[in-house]
Amino acid sequence: MDVLDFARWQFGIITVYHFLFVPITIGLSAVIAGYETAWVRTGNVKWLRLTKFFGKLFLINFALGVVTGIVQEFQFGMNWSDYSRFVGDVFGAPLAIEGLLAFFLESTFLGLWIFGWDRLNPKLHVACIWAVHIGTLFSAYFILAANSWMQHPVGYKFNPETGRAEMTDFAAVLFNKVQLVTFPHTIMAAYMTGAAFVVGVSFWSMMQRRNSADRAVYHLGVRTGAAVMLLAGIGVAVSGDFSGKVMTEVQPMKMAAAEAQYESEQPADFSLFTIGTPDGLEEKFAIKVPKLLSFLATGSTDGRVEGINQLRVQYQETYGTDPGARYYSPEGYVPNIPVSYWSFRFMIGLGVVGAALAGLVLFVTRREKTPVGRHWRWIAIALPLLPLVANSFGWLFTEMGRQPWAVFGLMTTAQSVSPGVSAFEAGTSLVVLTLVYAVLAVVEVGLILKYVKAGAAPDPVTPDHTDDHPDRPLAFAY
Amino acid sequence: MELTTIWFSLIAVLWIGYFALEGFDFGVGILLPVLGRTEPERRVLINTIGPVWDGNEVWVLVAGGATFAAFPEWYATLFSGFYLPLLLILVALIVRGVAFEYRAKRDDDRWRAAWDKAIFFGSLLPAVLWGVAFANILRGVPIDADFEYVGGFFNLLNPYALLGGVMTLLLFVTHGAMFIALKTDGEIRVRARALAVRTGIGAAAVAVAFLGWTQLDTGSTGSAVLFVAAAVSLLAGLFAVERLREGWGFIGTFATIVLGVAGLFVALFPDVMPTSLADGAGLTTTTAAATTYTLKIMTVVAVVFTPVVLVYQGWTYWVFRKRIAVHHIPGFETSETVGPRS
Repeated sequence: MDVLDFARWQFGIITVYHFLFVPITIGLSAVIAGYETAWVRTGNVKWLRLTKFFGKLFLINFALGVVTGIVQEFQFGMNWSDYSRFVGDVFGAPLAIEGLLAFFLESTFLGLWIFGWDRLNPKLHVACIWAVHIGTLFSAYFILAANSWMQHPVGYKFNPETGRAEMTDFAAVLFNKVQLVTFPHTIMAAYMTGAAFVVGVSFWSMMQRRNSADRAVYHLGVRTGAAVMLLAGIGVAVSGDFSGKVMTEVQPMKMAAAEAQYESEQPADFSLFTIGTPDGLEEKFAIKVPKLLSFLATGSTDGRVEGINQLRVQYQETYGTDPGARYYSPEGYVPNIPVSYWSFRFMIGLGVVGAALAGLVLFVTRREKTPVGRHWRWIAIALPLLPLVANSFGWLFTEMGRQPWAVFGLMTTAQSVSPGVSAFEAGTSLVVLTLVYAVLAVVEVGLILKYVKAGAAPDPVTPDHTDDHPDRPLAFAY
Repeated sequence: MELTTIWFSLIAVLWIGYFALEGFDFGVGILLPVLGRTEPERRVLINTIGPVWDGNEVWVLVAGGATFAAFPEWYATLFSGFYLPLLLILVALIVRGVAFEYRAKRDDDRWRAAWDKAIFFGSLLPAVLWGVAFANILRGVPIDADFEYVGGFFNLLNPYALLGGVMTLLLFVTHGAMFIALKTDGEIRVRARALAVRTGIGAAAVAVAFLGWTQLDTGSTGSAVLFVAAAVSLLAGLFAVERLREGWGFIGTFATIVLGVAGLFVALFPDVMPTSLADGAGLTTTTAAATTYTLKIMTVVAVVFTPVVLVYQGWTYWVFRKRIAVHHIPGFETSETVGPRS
């Protein structure tokens, strides 16, 4: 293993891990803001109980999202310094703006929301959680604009004198066509993930307490969560469809790799499942849906989808001999086929199953029903995990499918790594961060389960922000 | 003024904001086992910074992001060069951040004791290491003609840099003690005042040595004025807290950090990372900078949004302005009377 291997593994582990907490933060902050708004408007204590219950779980999740985010920003400079030098003029701006516009908003207003129950009037308090949610959306927009630039660089000029990409059009970077499909796709997936968390937890709790008065609170959680999850799931599918077409246009190799399609076809079939040789070169068994790939990639059932072999020749003509050839593409410009193929399928498959289960849960809980049977508990446990894992596969697909490029067509991953960092340093960083993250994962899951089992607190006292007695205990304290 | 100079100043402002704000919450974290003798006292300490520490920490994220955007070469050289110290800082910030949130989540003494350690070391390490890192930037480190740091880890541990680390540590501890004196009530408030004076005298001595050394090495008239003003503020702050004026005491250490860090940036300018190699190439505001186009856009964004951030962050401190005492902690309402008021 050399520095590049360590840096790649670290980026993969650290980023996939970080993105377990991010979509929950985005989605759950919206759902909680909705609950608290409903409480402020109706005064129905059920909404307040849901707000407080999921608020507690939200904070456990948010803490890890924040601290793992710090590493994200630092590791570009630490492990990918040549990348940073090359792209900083374009890529740095959205990152800096993300900090100024989003991170301050999220952290400051979350502090106000957590500790402010007895300090702010209810309308101001609910505004704080909305501010947190808006902060998460800003954050997502700017960081995805940066990522979209890596997928499809626009609004820049290569300056041979300085040897770097220099920004010429900031609006083009912000409204990159990849960004315009990636942002809705990611946000819808985040809403789906946050809502799935709500459904899973509420559904499980409802079955645990089917004979208690609390059942009604969780039933409300199930209904609202499942509705959001289903709608967001449809949003994911629609935006994903657009995303696939844009990606076919800007990175045809990624979509060819997604189907492991070596030769161009018209029309092209989509395989649901394939058993092949490990390198993906030979197909032994496959279940195929005729013409589906043509439709996914081009919008027409008999559109032409280019194959890996044809694209390789095209890429070699455009970009010369592959400068990053030692990574996953001994023959040039081809990403890891099994990873691309399977991550694409798991992304879609798990998402579809998740949305379908949301629909099923909506059906079986209609008219105040609580379903009976052990298998429903398994569904409750699976529900939050499905979109979460689908998200990870989505990122694995889009990032691994872009290889060997870090910035498509401009700079390979191998060229991006820090030249001055030693294998010892990069290896230490990988091991230390992975171990710390693993320990924190155990702690986090333990706490989430503890607080899920504890359930929603009975009739929380409506906080009185006008009580100014000097000895009144804090409404919330660490 | 040139755009690169404006951005050098803005990045200085971000670091100043970071050290002046997170400086006191590092201090509170380090003083947790010292001033927090009982469980409710430790909770009082943590809750003084509970609503604000995360917002304080964002200053360093924005400083990092702004350096990436405005001076990509500086960001790349610094972060890849100071690799292991930054890794330590990262790990410290991770466990510390989680600790604040998770400590109260289980009613178990061993659980809390473990997180208390995480808060202590997670605050101590960055308080020292940021000082070490900045001293090394000022002193100059081996950077070759390709802007690559070639010095290794132990090169960073020189006497000047270590003195810088001791200075930031003592300053942050004093700043934290001032904040505790300002934000708590009861016995802990009295102890914090006494401690602020003691550590403050140590901080003043080390600061005079370090800043004097810096002034002799790389100083200018501007930095000299700022360093003297920083020293005066610190002494004024200590005098104020001796006279039971905690607000002025805190303003004193706040001003010390603002003026001192500003002086360091003035002493650094126009370099951003000087090299110690004869055949190397140091980074300056010109050689490290992004294009004029990018700097212009960033300037507009910074001018519009920084005041907004300052307003709502300031408002948070106003909302949580009340002092906290042991009897405010849920579960300990009756355990201690209000204590000596002063």
